[in-house]
Formats: sequence, C-alpha cells, structure tokens
Amino acid sequence: MNSKEITTQISQAANSLNLRKWDYGASFSNDYSVQVDKGEAKQLKASQKQILTIRVWNQSNLVGITTTSDISESGIKKALKQANIASDFGNKNESTEFSPLAKEPIKDKEVKKRSPVGIKKLLTLLREAEVKLIESHVSIKSVPYNGLSETFFERVYANSDGAFRSYSKSQAALYLYARAEEKDQKPRSSGSVKLGYGADDIDIESCIKEASNKTISHLNYSPIKTDKYLICFSPESFLTIINAFSSMFNARSIIDGVSLSNKNSIGEKLSTEALNIYDDGLHEKNISSTPFDGEGTPTKRLCLINRGRIENFIHSESTARIFNTTPTGHAGLGSKVSVSPDWIVVEKSEENFDLKTSLDHSTHEGEFVYIEELNAIHAGVRASQGSFSLPFDGWLYKNGKKISIESATVAGDIKYLLKNIVNIESSQEVTTSGISPHIWVDELSITGDA
Amino acid sequence: MLSSQIKSNEIVFGCCNKDLLEEIIYYGIGLGADFVEIFIENTDNSSVLAEEDFITSVSPSFGRGAGIRIFKDKKDGFVSTNDLSKNGLMRSVSQAIEMLDITDVKKREEFNGLNKLRDYSLSKKKWINEVPSIHEISEKLLLSTNSLKKNNKIIARKGSYSRNLQEVIIASSDGTYACDIRLHQTVGLNVIANDAQYRSSGSRRFGSSGRPNEFRLWDHEKAANDVFESSMNMLYADYVDAGQMPVVLANKFGGVIFHEACGHLLETTQIERGTTPFENKLNEKIAHESVTAIDEGISEGSFGSLSVDDEGMEPEKSVLIKDGILKKFISDRAGELRTGHKRTGSGRRQNYSFAAASRMRNTYIAKGDYSKEDLINSISDGLYCKSMGGGSVGATGQFNFAVEEGYLIKNGKLNSPVKGATLIGEAKEVMPKISMCGNDLELAPGFCGSISGSVNVTVGQPHIKVDSITVGGR
Repeated sequence: MNSKEITTQISQAANSLNLRKWDYGASFSNDYSVQVDKGEAKQLKASQKQILTIRVWNQSNLVGITTTSDISESGIKKALKQANIASDFGNKNESTEFSPLAKEPIKDKEVKKRSPVGIKKLLTLLREAEVKLIESHVSIKSVPYNGLSETFFERVYANSDGAFRSYSKSQAALYLYARAEEKDQKPRSSGSVKLGYGADDIDIESCIKEASNKTISHLNYSPIKTDKYLICFSPESFLTIINAFSSMFNARSIIDGVSLSNKNSIGEKLSTEALNIYDDGLHEKNISSTPFDGEGTPTKRLCLINRGRIENFIHSESTARIFNTTPTGHAGLGSKVSVSPDWIVVEKSEENFDLKTSLDHSTHEGEFVYIEELNAIHAGVRASQGSFSLPFDGWLYKNGKKISIESATVAGDIKYLLKNIVNIESSQEVTTSGISPHIWVDELSITGDA
Repeated sequence: MLSSQIKSNEIVFGCCNKDLLEEIIYYGIGLGADFVEIFIENTDNSSVLAEEDFITSVSPSFGRGAGIRIFKDKKDGFVSTNDLSKNGLMRSVSQAIEMLDITDVKKREEFNGLNKLRDYSLSKKKWINEVPSIHEISEKLLLSTNSLKKNNKIIARKGSYSRNLQEVIIASSDGTYACDIRLHQTVGLNVIANDAQYRSSGSRRFGSSGRPNEFRLWDHEKAANDVFESSMNMLYADYVDAGQMPVVLANKFGGVIFHEACGHLLETTQIERGTTPFENKLNEKIAHESVTAIDEGISEGSFGSLSVDDEGMEPEKSVLIKDGILKKFISDRAGELRTGHKRTGSGRRQNYSFAAASRMRNTYIAKGDYSKEDLINSISDGLYCKSMGGGSVGATGQFNFAVEEGYLIKNGKLNSPVKGATLIGEAKEVMPKISMCGNDLELAPGFCGSISGSVNVTVGQPHIKVDSITVGGR
C-alpha cells in the first residue's frame, strides 16, 4: 500500500467503526548497512520497516493511540480499535487537537534524494576507508567501530480533517572510530562521523583524516590536576550541552515542571548579549531536515535566545494553546505529544559587547582546557536541576603546548556556564547536530586523576 | 485435521510453521549459505504514564516481523522484514545471500530438517489474560503518584508502567526449532523536589519477567517512601569535593558499574573488535580475590531471565570471575564462530530488526562475608554511594557513573549527603581494588543498550568497598 492508499484504508476502517476524528503518522524505510573488520566484511544488514501510529478521538474528545508495524487491512482495523479503547484513558486534564497549521502550505524546498548504491559498493567504500585509516599512522592498529549505511524513507501525516503531507528522502552515514596503541601506553581512541544524502555525497577522505588526526592527537596524554579552568568548547561539545539542556526552551518540559524555565521566562537574561541561539530544522546544512513535525505542523526557524535573553519556546499544538501562541513544528506524535528541538544554530551577534575577542582557540597562548567532545550525556546531565558532570575528550593547552587529557570530567551548572561565556568566536562550524562557533567559558570545574 | 497442522504460506503464530520454515532454510542452504537462522516475533505491548493525579498517556502497540541471518565462513548477512509471507521470507534470504556475494553453490552444507519443536510457551499462553488491565494499572499508578505527595516541596510526581509480551519462533539449519513467550513488566517512580534555589530528584525502577501478577503485588507505598526520602535527603546536599577516595557502593543497582565497566568487556563481541583488555587473560587474575562474578539467565522472575535465548539455546549460569580469576566470556553463535568461546545461551536482541549478539542477562558480584557496617567502618574518609544513576564506558574501557544519592563517610560513620559526584575509572584498574564484599546481594532491573539494541537485564551486587577511585565533583 502507498501512503494515499493507507489514508483511504484508515478512513474506511474508521468509518466502519464509527470513529469520526483520527490522525496518523507513518514511516516506511529501507536501510542498508555494512561493518568491516580488518578488510573483511563483518556484518551486512538490510531492513525493511514500516511503523504506523494512529490517534483516535472519542465522543468525549479524549485521545487514544496505538502504534503498529502491521499495516495490513486487519492490522489497521485492530490499531483503530485499540486506539479507541485507549481513548477511554485519554488525558482529561489537557486536551489535544489537530494542529491548526496541519493544512498550511509548506514552502517548496528541493528534496535531495539519492538512489541506493548497493551493499557491494558500501562494502568497498568502507573497506578502503578502513585501510586508509590504519595506514595513516603506525600507531593506529584497528578501527573497532565502523559503519557505512544508507537509509531511504518516506514519512506521512494525515488526519480526518483532510490534512495530508508526505515527503521522502535519503540519508547516508559513515562513522570511523580508530584505536591507537603504543608501547607502555594506554590505548587511545577517537573518531569521526559524516552524513550525506547518499553514500556518494559523504566526504570519506575528510572522515578518515579527522578520525586519524583526532586519534593521533590523543597519543601523548597526561592526567590533569583537579581545579577550575578557562574552557574552550568545540562547536560540537557546545551544541551537545545546549541540546542536553534544551528543556529550558521546551514548553512541554515547562508544563511538566522539569524545566529550569517557567511560563514567565520569556525575556529572562541567560547570557552575554552577544549570544544568539536558533532552532532551524530547515537549515540548508541540516541533512536530516524534515518539512513538518509529527502533528503536521510545518518546520521553521525559531529564535530561542536573542541577545542573551530567552525569546521563544518550542511548542506542540497543545502546549501552544496553553501558552496562547501557535505551534512551532517541534511535536512528536504520541499519546502524550513530545516536544524536542530540531537543529541548533549558535551565532555571535553583530556587536562584540563584553566579549574577550582575543581568545581564539588556534592562537591563544595562555592556559586553557579545550573540550573536543562530551560523553555520557544520559548519565551526567540533570536537566531538571541544571547541573552536569560529564567525561570529555580534550586537551590542556599550557605554555604553548597541547597535551591530551587522560581521563577527566567537567562539572557545573548550565545557567552558570551561560552567564560565564567570555567569548564567542566568529567562525561557525557545521556538525551533525547543528552549527556553532567555539565558545569560551571561564571557571568551570575539571576533575582529573592528577 | 487439527488447526495446528494446517499448512500456510505465511507464518501463523500458534500454528505449526515447520514445513514453511524448513522450506526457507533449504532455500538458503541451496543457495550456498553455511548456516541459516530465522527469528520471528509477534509483540503486544502497552505502557501507561501517570503524572501528578492524572493518567497522561496510555500507549498500546503491536507488531510482527522476521530477522533472517545467513553465515558464510565468518561473515554474516542479516535482513529484517515485516513481511512474514513465504515470498517475503524467501526474498529476505535471497537478499542476504546476495549481500554476502555467495556464488559457489557446489559446496553445500547439509540440512536434515528441523528437530522436534521445543515449545517453551505452553504454560505461558494464558499470561496475556492474566496481566493487569489498563484500568487496573492506571488505578495503581495513580495511588503511587498520590503516595509521593508528602509535602509541598515535591513539585513533580510521575509513575510509569510498561508491559512487553513477545512471542518468538526460532529455527535454524542446525535443526534448532523452538518457540517461547516472554513477559516483562516494569514500573518506575520519579519525583522532583524544590525549595527556593535547591532542587533534587529521586527515582526507582522495579521489574520482573514471567510473572503476570507481579505488578499487583508491587508495594507502591514502600517504593514511594523510598523515592521521597531519597529526594528529601538530597535536596539541601552540598556538592562533593573531587578527589581520590575509598567508596562503598550499595547493593542492587550499584551493580551497574560492574555491568558497564567489566561485564561488557567480557562479551565476545569485544574480543571480535579487539577492544577488551581481558582478551588473553583467561585463567589469570583480573580482580581482587574477594570478587566472584556471575552472569546467568535462570533466576526465576528476574528481569534478565530467559527460557531460551534468541538463538534457540537454553541459558546457562556462567561464572565469569571466580575468586578474582577470569573463567569465562559471554558468548553467542557469532562469538563462538569468530573467537572460539563456547556459546553460553546469551545470544540476545531487542527485536527482529537486530541480529543477536553476546549480551549479559542477570549479572552480579556474588555475596561475601561482611556486613554493610563492616565496609563503612573500615573507611575514615570516603564516599557512600547509596543510589547510582546511569553511566557509560568509553571505547578504551574508561567508565563514568553518576551518583544519584551519596553520603560522605567520616571516621567509619555515614555523614552528610553530597550531590554531583561521579565515579571515574577503568575496569582493569578498579577490579583489583574491590577489597570487601558484603553479605547482602540483591538484584535490580535495568535496560542495557548495545550492538543488538536494548535488552532487559538485571544488575546486582552486595555492598562492596573499592579501596580508591576518582570521584568527580566541583
């Protein structure tokens, strides 16, 4: 069945069950992936998946939901029946409606879709990448974590009010994680991830180079003394921390009482006036961009922090209604509709304000810690409390020299971190989760072994 | 003719699928596969969320699918599909054969048909009717969130329940033919407490396998008291000072550190990758002599227990470390093929869309001779980690775990609560420092995410003392 046929099928089945109000989201995907081990194919995978999520409103306007991978006629009917039963337990405290924007026209955007290159080519490309990475340095002994994949998918949203949206696209991903070993030294590991619309779009050479350079740069390591340091966050690590605390901008989290913000936080000063943060799911560099969210609301660029102050929250249909505003295109279809950011863009405003613009990660000669990558986010972040304690990969810069930090954590509080931003470099870098420049923060605690 | 003997061109749960499965396997072997494995799954799940005094989410789901794995030499090709028709399954076999580039069909492996069905599901078919209804679950969850309403400092209360019923059929070209029904239920409680600038949270999770009545027996009052007390104890806690110090890790979920930092390094997938420091250490001392560690899938009702693993093998009790000596690795079919370590009934996967891999089940450090007080009394300056949060292990074995509820130890006594602590180390270095094990072994349920998806496990240990570890703080 194609997406139009599924919509018709659901409509007919709903009619036969006397269900007047419904919507659904569906995704259909074909995935291909390969892994290698020292030149040999290790595991080759292909999968065909279909997921259908149906919501049904009962006569009391309470919502029930069911998710299934069975999109046969009987599967759809069963899903509608189950959703109808579940609607008896719908949330009486907070109503859910169709998004008022579910039928708004979506600005046409070029959809970049590639054809599959096939498993054999994926395997050849990955084998070659593995060899090149191992040959790039004598200490790199293996690439224990590697993979090259292609995904082709279609996503659909439709409702009983006549809304119907769909799009299809392709995406490919390459990850190379190398392991280096030297005599009497601990093994060191680092890697790189690159995305593209198809395998042929991925910059494999830069992935190899980045994985190699990062791994080698950690060979000369040393423990770090526990203390407070001037920190330079790489674009990737700063985006990681902003995403981890995105509940500050999330209306759902605010309503649920798990955010540091509240309904009146719009306008609250969080940081230097030089800081702007946007959520921009449609950004041209965002390979994972989606034109609409789980409720069919069009995706758009939204300013979250303007000149250091909270400007907007991200919303679903129901949270927008509670906040007396419009949905922002950040909803995930569920029994309880989730809200999450798409793609964060961090910018320096046009003026420098109070920034110490002399701080530049490539030229600064004083002591500082460069945080390349933050790890264990799920364990080390307490979003509702604002605190974090996270292991990281990085270097200590001291007396003009750079040495990899053996094992350490950085700890602090997100509001303290934002308030203590002392520089935002001018040049932005594109990562897999957004765009950001290097960000400098004063006086964060580092725990090391020394 | 019995309905169970009716032949079908599609997999039908509850019916005899032997002929169809054999045909698919013959087809794969005929195309040159060394080994063909078929894993078929039918699921019926539901989850309920209570927030404050309302049910805010009820989410049923159901689905079915098949995962087909073909081995040729030491390579494997895996294809998953929602199409359980004969044509769909054969197409998946062809796709896996094509991926592996198998062209030599002269040297064929033998397939002598499937063995007699090992049916582990017989006594379990009634479970679906015995589990609590959504109505029953909702009522009890609301009672539990109500029990968390103990003072005005509690600003958020949540109770969540999920039930997963999974029916599986496993067939492979070595004759393996088994079916099973698995039931997992889990319930969690979370609170956030707030007073002026102070904020804390508390959470606990409970879970079982194969016990339809378990949720009804769950003592929600006791659980709510525990979570409430934890959040209150931590509300005004100071941040811990960082440094090297001895620590006592509590029993139950304290075992997450052994699971993450050491257990994963004893899975054969880590040997295959060359990422475990224990690869060549079999029968060598890798831990303090007080440490004996076990991984098993047989404790009745435990969250990681199985009647049969996802490759059709009954789980065994594996003594991984005996008195500090490494005795065994956790192995699956691919692990045995590629590393030579015998299978342990540990081939596990989240669902049909993942190939099975060597995964832990119920993993714990065995009990020792000491009381909890003995361990604490032996420390003049250190940290007691009463409740652990999550953690992670890096590619080179370094681990990092958050302490959810911690207390300073001063002169052999528990002192003030502290927050913000993380434990940082490396299994190879920490295992020899576990010098005392308590006599109060207890298990706790959890979810473990790894190469073959998220699987149900239990972690566990008695109270243990680590002589020295890096504690991250501020």
